[in-house]
Amino acid sequence: MSSELTDSAGAAALPQGFRGFARDWTADKQTFHVPWGKAMMWIFLLSDTFIFSLFLTSYMNVRMSTRVPWPNPSEVFALSFGGDPIPLILIAIMTFILITSSGTMALAVNYGYRGDRAKTAALMFVTAAFGATFVGMQAFEWMKLIVDEGVRPWGNPMGAAQFGSTFFMITGFHGFHVSCGVIYLAVIALKVLRGDYEASGNYEVVEIAGLYWHFVDLVWVFIFAFFYLW
Amino acid sequence: MAYAAIADRDQHLHDPDTFITKYIWSQDHKVIAIQYAITAIFVGVVALVLSLLFRLQLGFPDTFNLVDPNQYYQYVTMHGMIMVIYLLTALFLGGFGNYLIPLMCGARDMVFPYMNMLSFWVYLLSVIVLLASFFVPGGPTGAGWTLYPPQAISEGTPGIGGGIVLMLVSLAIFIVAFTMGGLNYVTTVLQARTRGMTLMRMPLAVWGIFVATILGLLAFPALLVAAVMMTLDRVVGTSFFMPEMLSLGRELDYGGGSPILFQHLFWFFGHPEVYIVALPAFGIVSDVLSVHARKNIFGYRMMVWAIVLIGALSFVVWAHHMYVSGMNPYFGFFFATTTLIIAVPTALKVYNWILTLWRGDIHLRVPMLFAIGFIFTFIHGGLTGLFLGNVTVDLPLSDTYFVVGHFHMVMGVSPVLVVFAAIYHWFPKITGRMFNETLGKAHFWLTLLGTYSIYLPMHYLGILGVPRRYYAYGDTEFIPASAQTLNSGITVAALFVAAAQTLFFINVIWSLWKGPKADPNPWRATTLEWMTPDTPPKHGNWGAELPEVHRWPYDYSVPGESEDYIPQTEPPHKGVIAGRDHGVHH
Repeated sequence: MSSELTDSAGAAALPQGFRGFARDWTADKQTFHVPWGKAMMWIFLLSDTFIFSLFLTSYMNVRMSTRVPWPNPSEVFALSFGGDPIPLILIAIMTFILITSSGTMALAVNYGYRGDRAKTAALMFVTAAFGATFVGMQAFEWMKLIVDEGVRPWGNPMGAAQFGSTFFMITGFHGFHVSCGVIYLAVIALKVLRGDYEASGNYEVVEIAGLYWHFVDLVWVFIFAFFYLW
Repeated sequence: MAYAAIADRDQHLHDPDTFITKYIWSQDHKVIAIQYAITAIFVGVVALVLSLLFRLQLGFPDTFNLVDPNQYYQYVTMHGMIMVIYLLTALFLGGFGNYLIPLMCGARDMVFPYMNMLSFWVYLLSVIVLLASFFVPGGPTGAGWTLYPPQAISEGTPGIGGGIVLMLVSLAIFIVAFTMGGLNYVTTVLQARTRGMTLMRMPLAVWGIFVATILGLLAFPALLVAAVMMTLDRVVGTSFFMPEMLSLGRELDYGGGSPILFQHLFWFFGHPEVYIVALPAFGIVSDVLSVHARKNIFGYRMMVWAIVLIGALSFVVWAHHMYVSGMNPYFGFFFATTTLIIAVPTALKVYNWILTLWRGDIHLRVPMLFAIGFIFTFIHGGLTGLFLGNVTVDLPLSDTYFVVGHFHMVMGVSPVLVVFAAIYHWFPKITGRMFNETLGKAHFWLTLLGTYSIYLPMHYLGILGVPRRYYAYGDTEFIPASAQTLNSGITVAALFVAAAQTLFFINVIWSLWKGPKADPNPWRATTLEWMTPDTPPKHGNWGAELPEVHRWPYDYSVPGESEDYIPQTEPPHKGVIAGRDHGVHH
């Protein structure tokens, strides 16, 4: 292979160490040994990481800039069962569901590479269903905050106005990502089921969808930590 | 595995058969590039006309009553935003990026042509939304192109009705468009180069566009986040950027937000944005200089690393735009240091351009004139940047005409000269016809001398302390009356330069119809885009077989060769010293 890639005769001795690595990396082949779609998804997710990081940094900034006390998250995000408020119970269930969905997604990728179309599609639908459940519970959480607690983007009775602003903006933006992911997974699952990828036998498309889904899941862990635990 | 099989994998080119799929809903990167370029240049002309309107006001404050103070601010704002984002970013990346990347890398198209097509149409939508703000009640926003809150959305600033909202929405749409295109450009460069095209054999134009696109993908998120939050502040009534404040004697409902946060977000985007425009210009000008000086680019490897280093450093200098914002003074020390460090790779590039010209066989054709003009304007703009990068020097100069002169020189005139160099350079390949040399030369001299007479006096005005963003100056103690004379001269020069641009449009349109048929490789250049089987290149670019690359792109005037250039596709031959090849360490 290496002799194929070398044009000038007499350069047979390949450099070692860092130079060898740089030479290999910049060689006349695909820089990353992955399909185009996967490379593109990684780059997109890098860009998206910046969006979420900047949202969260902005949230920290306004949380510090406001002079009004921040509402206590373990009280705001508590649900009452039989009279006793349980802090963070809803969000714990939501987080559990989302992380479980990452597990089913990983299984789907595995079955995809094995060529088991029915199981792949089924697991992707399960993943999408978990995602839809997550969005549904998020809608319930928003309803509760808006209707019962009187939290609005521009203010709330418990404290700093920025609490509602950042909460709705960031969880909304994340919920939008989850919703897009649900549609994305459902479309790919349908195409898998229909046998669209049989001709090429290439099920990397499932893994690419999986990358997006795991990313959305990972972002949630950060939102969870910064919003509900701080 | 056979190499061509990899390069051609996944590539399902749609076959355009009707006029609409060929020229309108086209997925061909060349057509998309031209669509991008035409839209960007159109909107750029709009911004140019706006600048003439407010220049007439500044030069002759009591003579022409074309604009009132509100319109003055609106036109200044729209001029800045359009030129930086909708013209330069779109033209360099959407235009030249689209056209050159697949051709120079030896690909048939971008990796995802459908998304590439969507990118253009979404960009067009963002332009329409932006221009729509001229027609809403209250007109476009007059907040200044930096859109600083709280004034951008407070009473008293023109266009706080629909104008500012449309501006922010348009920016968000632009970012979506850019992301779709940018993912394509980066992935194409990384994954779809042809056989033999190592990263260190790519022309510097591709390197510049490639690194600039990565900057864009990482910097535009900051603008998106800022735009979303300011839209919410304006429309929903949140207080991300709005502190407790009195406006026109009335206490606003806002409170607790941080205006400085916006400045950080804006400049975390805004500074890389300077290099999103500059790096493609650096790359393109390197190629043009090398071709027309018949010499290899001096220090290719260092030129690549300088591009990469400038790109990386551009993310840690943003707060040098904020020395007067009241941030912690220690930040000023840090950001002044990083700013001055970035001058090192930049100066390296300038030296290398000059050393490329040194003892070259220089052909002073139109693209070369513009490229050399760029070196002059860029050195001037760059040196004034060193003044402004130092905190103590910046403080008195901040918000004066010195700043206006500096950034117009470095990121207005310089990239635009490269745009012209690039258009004249690749015009024969894009259209298959030659442009008129005489008209082109006239266009160059009028533009270069004209822009100098606009922006050099501005530095002097700035040192006098004349502040920017004033509708009229009236009588002050510190501004001598002669400053107004200079101001009038600047306006005359601006009108003159704008008029000179008609030469360019006449030349392009005339040459499209009547220009002599172009040779496939009129400049006798080495890079792949000149090796296409057809001129202009047909859909799919390369006919049946992809080209194979055997050498770096700068084999000019190699000793012992019969021709003074060796195309990249030329295999190494025995008995002759092969051109220097940075893929191989001897």
